[in-house]
Amino acid sequence: MEALDMNRLKKGEVDLGTSIMAVAYDKGVIIGADSRTTMGSYIANRVTDKLTHLSDRIYCCRSGSAADTQALADIVTYYLSLYSVNMDQQPDVKTAANLFQDLVYQNKDRLSAGIIVAGWDKKNGGKVFNIPLGGGIFEQPWAIGGSGSTYIYGYCDATWKEGWGKEQTLEFVKNALSLAMRRDGSSGGTIRMADITEDGIERHFIPGDQLPELAGKIV
Amino acid sequence: MASQGTGYDLSASTYSPDGRIFQIEYAAKAVENAGTVIAIRTKEGVVIAVEKLVQSKLLVPGSNRRIFNIDRHIGAASAGLIADGRHLAERARDEAVNYRDTYRHPTPLKALADRVGLYVQAYTLYSSVRPFGISTILAGIDDVRGPQIFMVEPSGVFWGYNGCAIGKGKQLAKTEIEKLDLGSLTLSQAVEEAAKIIYKVHDEAKDKEFELEMSWIGPETDGKHQLVPDELRKEAARKAKEALDDEMED
Repeated sequence: MEALDMNRLKKGEVDLGTSIMAVAYDKGVIIGADSRTTMGSYIANRVTDKLTHLSDRIYCCRSGSAADTQALADIVTYYLSLYSVNMDQQPDVKTAANLFQDLVYQNKDRLSAGIIVAGWDKKNGGKVFNIPLGGGIFEQPWAIGGSGSTYIYGYCDATWKEGWGKEQTLEFVKNALSLAMRRDGSSGGTIRMADITEDGIERHFIPGDQLPELAGKIV
Repeated sequence: MASQGTGYDLSASTYSPDGRIFQIEYAAKAVENAGTVIAIRTKEGVVIAVEKLVQSKLLVPGSNRRIFNIDRHIGAASAGLIADGRHLAERARDEAVNYRDTYRHPTPLKALADRVGLYVQAYTLYSSVRPFGISTILAGIDDVRGPQIFMVEPSGVFWGYNGCAIGKGKQLAKTEIEKLDLGSLTLSQAVEEAAKIIYKVHDEAKDKEFELEMSWIGPETDGKHQLVPDELRKEAARKAKEALDDEMED
C-alpha cells in the first residue's frame, strides 16, 4: 500500500478546512461547525452546512474533502434507512459510526475524510463517535475535528466538565468554535449548531457578526 | 400421493400444473419422520427440548448434539436430516457474525431468521440442488423484543411463535403446549413442562431409546443460550416420567 499522504486534495478540489465538534450531555448531544468551504485561498461557500443528516436522530460533522465526505454520508444514510425499514426500529448511533468506520478503513488510501458521528438512540442516549483519517473509531464524551480543532484542544480540555445541561453545553460549543475560527485561516463564517435529543432536532445559528466577544479578546 | 409419478416431483425447479413444488413437500416429509423438537417461550426466556432418537446402544451418550449455539444469545435445533441441520446451523452462525461485524451489536432474532429463511429458500429454486430436509427452530433473547422463537420451514418461510413443535410428535406436542399458561410460567417451570411434553409424545412402541436434550436462555443463564445443566435436566426427566406413570394409572 502506498504511504498515507494527508494533503492529497486534487488541484481545485473543494476542502472543508474546518472546525467541527460534538458534545454529549444528559439529554442528548450538541453538534456544531463553522460554515467555511475553500478551494485553496478562495472561499467557495461562506454559509456551508457541515452538519449532515444521517437518520432521524443521528447526524455527522464532516471534515476533509467535501466530495469524499458527502459520498460517504450518502452511503451511510442509505444503509441506515435500509436498516430502519428492515429492523422496524431506529439504528443506534454506534451502528452509524461503525458503518462510517468500515468505509473509511477499507478505503483509507483513497479518502480524505475526518468525521464525527453524533446522535441520540433509545438504548444509549446521546453519543459521540470520532472517526479520524485512518479509519479508527473512538467513543468520546466530546470530540473536535478539522484543521481548526488543533487550536482549541487546550481550551476544551480545560473547560469541559461532566454533567452539563443543554445551555452550558451550547455555550461551550459556541465559544470553542469561535476561538477555532478566529485562529484557523480555513475556518470561519458563521456557527451552525444542532441539539439532538429524544424530542427531535433543534437548530441554532450564530451569524458571523454575532460571534461571542471571547474571540474578540485575542490580539 | 396422487401426483406421484406424473413427472413433476423430480425437480425443485419445476411447478406441477396446480402450482406446487413437490420436492419441498417431500422435504417436509423428512421432517415429519424425525424426533420431536419443541420450544416454549415464557415472559423470562425460552426453552428448547429435543427427543433425540438413539440409533444404537453403542453410541456415546450425549454425542451427536441436536441443539446448537448460534450466537451467545441464540440457539437452534432442527428436525429432519441431521447433516442438513448442522449445515444450516453453521450458516446461521456465519450470518450472526456478519451482522455483528456490520452493525456492531448482537443480531436481533428476526433479522437472523430472515437471513436463514432467504438461504433456505434459495434451495427451492434450482434443479441442481435439493431443498433442506429440515425445519429449524431459532430461539433467543434480544434487547429490543425480549424472548422470541422463530421456525424456518423447508420452503424458506418462517413464523414467530409463542410455542412451537416439529417432527414426529408435533401434533400432540402442540396440543400440550396450548394447555400451558405461557404468561405466568417461570423459565424453570418451562423446563419441566418441556421435558414432560417430550416424554409424553415419545412413542415407545415405534422408537425404543431416546435422549432428552434441553437448552434454555433467560435470567438463570444471564441472557446466554446454554444447555440445561445435567442435574436439572435429569430432575425434569424424572418428574416427566413420574407424571407419565401417574397418567397411565388413571
